[in-house]
Amino acid sequence: MSIESTKSKGTLFTKHVSVLFLVLLWTLPTLGLLVSSVRDKDQLSLSGWWSSLTASEQQNVQRLPKADTQAADGAGFIIETNLFGEGTKNQIRSWGFRATEIEQYKPGETAEVDNGETITVYENGRVEWRSDSEFTHSRSPRVFFNANIPPRFTFDNYREVLTSEGVGRAFINTLTVTLPATFIPILIAAFAAYALAWMEFKGRMFFLAMIIGLIVVPLQMSLIPVLQIFSQIGQIVGIPSKSYLTVWLAHTGFGLPLAIYLLRNYMASLPKDIIESAYMDGATHFQIFVKMILPLSLPALASFAIFQFLWVWNDLLVAAVFLGQGEGKTVMTQQLIELLGSRGDNWEILTSGAFISIAVPIIVFLSMQRYFVRGLLAGSVKGG
Amino acid sequence: MFEQISGALLAITLAIGGSVLFYVGLNVLIDKAFASDGLPAIKQMKRDKQREALRPWIFIGPALLFLFVFLVYPVLKSIQLSFFGREGDEFVGFANYIWAIHSDGFQSSIINNLLWLLIVPTLATAFGLIIAYLTDRIWWGQIARTLIFLPMAISFVGASIIWKFVYDFRAAGTEQIGILNAIVVAFGGEPQSWISLPFWNNIFLMIILIWIQTGFAMVILGAAIRGVPEDTIEASTMDGANEFQIFFKIVMPQIWPTIVVVWTTITILVLKVFDIVYAMTNGQWNTQVLANLMYNEMFRNANSGTASTVAVILMIAVLPVMIYNIKSAKDSAQ
Repeated sequence: MSIESTKSKGTLFTKHVSVLFLVLLWTLPTLGLLVSSVRDKDQLSLSGWWSSLTASEQQNVQRLPKADTQAADGAGFIIETNLFGEGTKNQIRSWGFRATEIEQYKPGETAEVDNGETITVYENGRVEWRSDSEFTHSRSPRVFFNANIPPRFTFDNYREVLTSEGVGRAFINTLTVTLPATFIPILIAAFAAYALAWMEFKGRMFFLAMIIGLIVVPLQMSLIPVLQIFSQIGQIVGIPSKSYLTVWLAHTGFGLPLAIYLLRNYMASLPKDIIESAYMDGATHFQIFVKMILPLSLPALASFAIFQFLWVWNDLLVAAVFLGQGEGKTVMTQQLIELLGSRGDNWEILTSGAFISIAVPIIVFLSMQRYFVRGLLAGSVKGG
Repeated sequence: MFEQISGALLAITLAIGGSVLFYVGLNVLIDKAFASDGLPAIKQMKRDKQREALRPWIFIGPALLFLFVFLVYPVLKSIQLSFFGREGDEFVGFANYIWAIHSDGFQSSIINNLLWLLIVPTLATAFGLIIAYLTDRIWWGQIARTLIFLPMAISFVGASIIWKFVYDFRAAGTEQIGILNAIVVAFGGEPQSWISLPFWNNIFLMIILIWIQTGFAMVILGAAIRGVPEDTIEASTMDGANEFQIFFKIVMPQIWPTIVVVWTTITILVLKVFDIVYAMTNGQWNTQVLANLMYNEMFRNANSGTASTVAVILMIAVLPVMIYNIKSAKDSAQ
């Protein structure tokens, strides 16, 4: 490109650096969440996620076991334990018997204690406490130690959040809300869009104008009146006023204006000849719609499907008002709000829970970005 | 677990199957009811005509029903409710609106909403424009754009958790695990509890929405920038214009209408911002906004009158955009 070559190297460099800086600014928050969600929960609460790859240093104290754990060892007796528990890669840096003397012994050194007993602490945390006579103590000494804790990554947070924190259940609930609430409005909107684009009837332009106007109506206007309708119908028919059915209907109603608008614009841009000639040949509008228009409109249908899917999956307000909470009902966004309230400091729960809820839309988004962008362009450049 | 999954799948199948059956069924039904085979030619034409006059309403009827029940009727009903009391049965005139003017919660909501309206659309559009322009001609621009676009897929609640972690605060002297405080401490500052910091906490909440919406602005404006004729840029380069002059004097004026559209779209979204405030502070520490105030009036105070009043005020705020959209759609149709 001619412009590129005339530009000075310095400008180009600045450009790359500033884009890199902006990209980092935009991705670091999410990266922090992702990294934190797989960190060991003790490390997560002690150090920042950016230091997760370096070993952390930790001071700790542990009381040695009681006399009843002793075993005979040749002529003498021995009590064995591990300061870290079994199977860790932690390393002892130094140890001692008082908090102020934590640097007194190196790993592998042996300390002489009263009446010929010796205590040795090895680098891997193993403790050998030997005595010539049988142990009789009821209160054992405490060992203070400095340890190197290597970074530990684990899926335990995910296991916990999926099972005991109700996120697994909420995931399924969200799916139950999202799939019908995505499909039904597309179907209804596709028929309506076809009618507005290609059929002759009274009030066509009026309805189109009304639908464009309704796109921007704040959801808040609808909450109370629709809730009243649902509870009145619920009382008459004897069904609960907050259920999956009501939340599907609500999402359908709120999603329709944009859906009809996007699909109508797309369908109206299809070539007039093929539709008219099919009509002349005796095909009904229903046949034309199903056999010709629907297949041709797939890109537009896909665009809106992604919109609606993301919107419903990520929605909090509509689910909170029209589905409510409870066993087998609470959706993921609401579960996360609850966790924010009850487990606000347990970042291992919050980060892994949040990541589970954002993983699905991110996958959908990345795999269908092309359609999403097309929908955005059609929806907003034209003034929606 | 298994029961829940199978129940969900059954519900999905029923919902989808039901709606398909509805359309196919009704269309077959009117084909049968107005069948014209074997009738005299004149009658045949009449029946065909009747049938085809009815069919549009089958196509658009369900949509109109939904729009009426979920949007048109509620708008009228909310306006009515805003003049009624707590239970919606006692006419109170403008009392709810007078309450709104004098209520502290409402006043600070309005001020905060105005701040949101001033800052978020402007910054999101500006960042979007800058990023779209910068990434337009570099080889890894597509990757950069995807990464900046990604937050659009994240829910407001998810984004709130992401940023709450960024803003996390530990007492001074202990190790900070929120990156913002870690940076502040690294430069020798005092760690702050950002989301309860008077006034500035509003800005920290706004950053979340800017972070989400910049990708939107970038994509739309990027498409507009690519639509700027190459020769106008080349000509000004020949005349010795520098990068800044090209951007501000050549590119900007040509994409100005798109900038306005992006700015308006984000403005409408900002008016309705609810989830972020609800998740981060629930209006505490002077961060209340209208949408969250409405939710509180509705569910905490169980006052349908005041809640509807707040909703109507939101509606009035989007009215100019609504009228403009209808007008411009009508213009382009003619």
